[in-house]
Amino acid sequence: MSDLTRLTLKSALEGLESKAFSSVELTRAHIEAVEQARALNAYVLETPDKALAMAQASDARRAQGEAGALDGAPLGIKDLFCTEGVRSTACSKILGEFRPTYESNVTANLWRDGAVMLGKLNMDEFAMGSSNETSAFGPVINPWRGAGETTPLTPGGSSGGSAAAVAAQLCLGATATDTGGSIRQPAALTGTVGIKPTYGRCSRWGVVAFASSLDQAGPIARTVEDAALLLTSMAGHDARDSTSLDIAVPDFASFVGKSVKGMRVGIPKEYRVEGMPAEIEQLWEQGIAWLKEAGCEIVEVSLPHTKYALPAYYIVAPAEASSNLARYDGMRYGLRVDGANLTETYEQTRAAGFGEEVKRRILIGTYVLSAGYYDAYYLKAQKVRQRIADDFDQAFEKVDALLTPTAPSAAFPLGENADDPVAMYLNDIFTVTVNLAGLPGMSVPAGVDAKGLPLGLQLIGRALDEGSLFSLGGVIEQAAGFTARPDRWW
Amino acid sequence: MAIDAATVRKVAKLARIAEPEERIEPLARELNGILTWIEMLNEVDTDGIEPMTSVVHQGLPMREDVVTEGGDPAKVLANAPKSAKDFFVVPKVVE
Repeated sequence: MSDLTRLTLKSALEGLESKAFSSVELTRAHIEAVEQARALNAYVLETPDKALAMAQASDARRAQGEAGALDGAPLGIKDLFCTEGVRSTACSKILGEFRPTYESNVTANLWRDGAVMLGKLNMDEFAMGSSNETSAFGPVINPWRGAGETTPLTPGGSSGGSAAAVAAQLCLGATATDTGGSIRQPAALTGTVGIKPTYGRCSRWGVVAFASSLDQAGPIARTVEDAALLLTSMAGHDARDSTSLDIAVPDFASFVGKSVKGMRVGIPKEYRVEGMPAEIEQLWEQGIAWLKEAGCEIVEVSLPHTKYALPAYYIVAPAEASSNLARYDGMRYGLRVDGANLTETYEQTRAAGFGEEVKRRILIGTYVLSAGYYDAYYLKAQKVRQRIADDFDQAFEKVDALLTPTAPSAAFPLGENADDPVAMYLNDIFTVTVNLAGLPGMSVPAGVDAKGLPLGLQLIGRALDEGSLFSLGGVIEQAAGFTARPDRWW
Repeated sequence: MAIDAATVRKVAKLARIAEPEERIEPLARELNGILTWIEMLNEVDTDGIEPMTSVVHQGLPMREDVVTEGGDPAKVLANAPKSAKDFFVVPKVVE
């Protein structure tokens, strides 16, 4: 049955509908694949019993003619999403064995449409990282290896478990979240498709908060169409998130395969950075050529404040994180380390529960918000953020979408950049602008480097115009004919 | 604007994180590295620019001021490190 894990989400749904196989069979194949792939460390919790129960219920619904849009499809869930009765830790020790008594809105939407949960996926602690190495459960290993090499590579982060599981066929699709690039960078490093929708498309309710003005959920999948199917289910208004947009969710899959003739695509010159590998530069040129062939008009545009996005982000995100993570005080849930008094209990609990990167960011955030520094750092960063958003507004007067590389390199060895926080942060140099402006961004696999490792291209759209990204992404996917899969060494 | 050991101790205190003494100097170095990099923001002219408060161009939604959920202490306490009856048990706060 192992070939059932090779299906796309779309073809699996067709197979279920035509009764070629049942959800129980499809789910069992995935459970076996997950068990055999523990060397990748993609799942931090496997829920095979729950998966089979959900699959049985799905088969019963389908027999009754009541199947939903994703009925019977086994998915992986990033551990940042609260799942009722199922341990949800954000891959932090401070949440311990936390079992939510509620379900996140995004996962509830997926279950409403009939999807099956295989388990919880590894990630950087509280989604803070670009290599999955900050996880309390240890790093995920990228299923991809350089040709002829055995060096373990990072799948990227923070949604490294989601990306690795999708690439290694350990689920048909996965939920992920993106605060500075955490969907798109791992998608690029694993040859998968990832989309961060417009801020407000997906409810943040029940998603463990990192930086609330930037956090947004989205899917990682093996094809553009699969990503569209997942996002259509995940998105939607939720009164429990005050920033959730009360507007209709289009059928995103209907945009895949649409003509892009006459669409104007901008190439921001500031995304040509020093030291970028020639292969990424070439891939970008190739992407431009593909879109031209499909009838797009290519326009050079300028986003002059691009280089300031990452430093602005490293004020705004830690500031919001230091506030959000104040809730982990050891009183109501999670870890508690008893000290001599209340303050010591807080201090000991947080010292034992948070990892080094999370502590570093809390300290930065606390510092930039502390008395006397607020104007110089936080207020300045929010002004720069406005200028970055203005850059995009001006560009979108001339073009319908933008094309850029997703990440400045292919997957790199685990342990690289471990001693240099700023070098690690630079992974998000092309993705973070989109979060600051609240725009949708998608990464599509477009080629491989000399070692055979996947590379991605990023499409950026106007707010609420995910549709154009699905159309353009479909064109790049088809032109690239990206069918490479990692060799199964695990 | 450089962060010294005293500043690290103060910020760690504010953040309620017990940092061991041997981490203070390395943290000062790491935070200085990050803040020095961040200082490039000073190159950006932001005169007359309003700081961004939200990327969502819509007002905050209003709703009736009524209780919509609650009344389930068992659920609220399900993950408590310590609880008794329907209360969280916490260290002594008032001497």
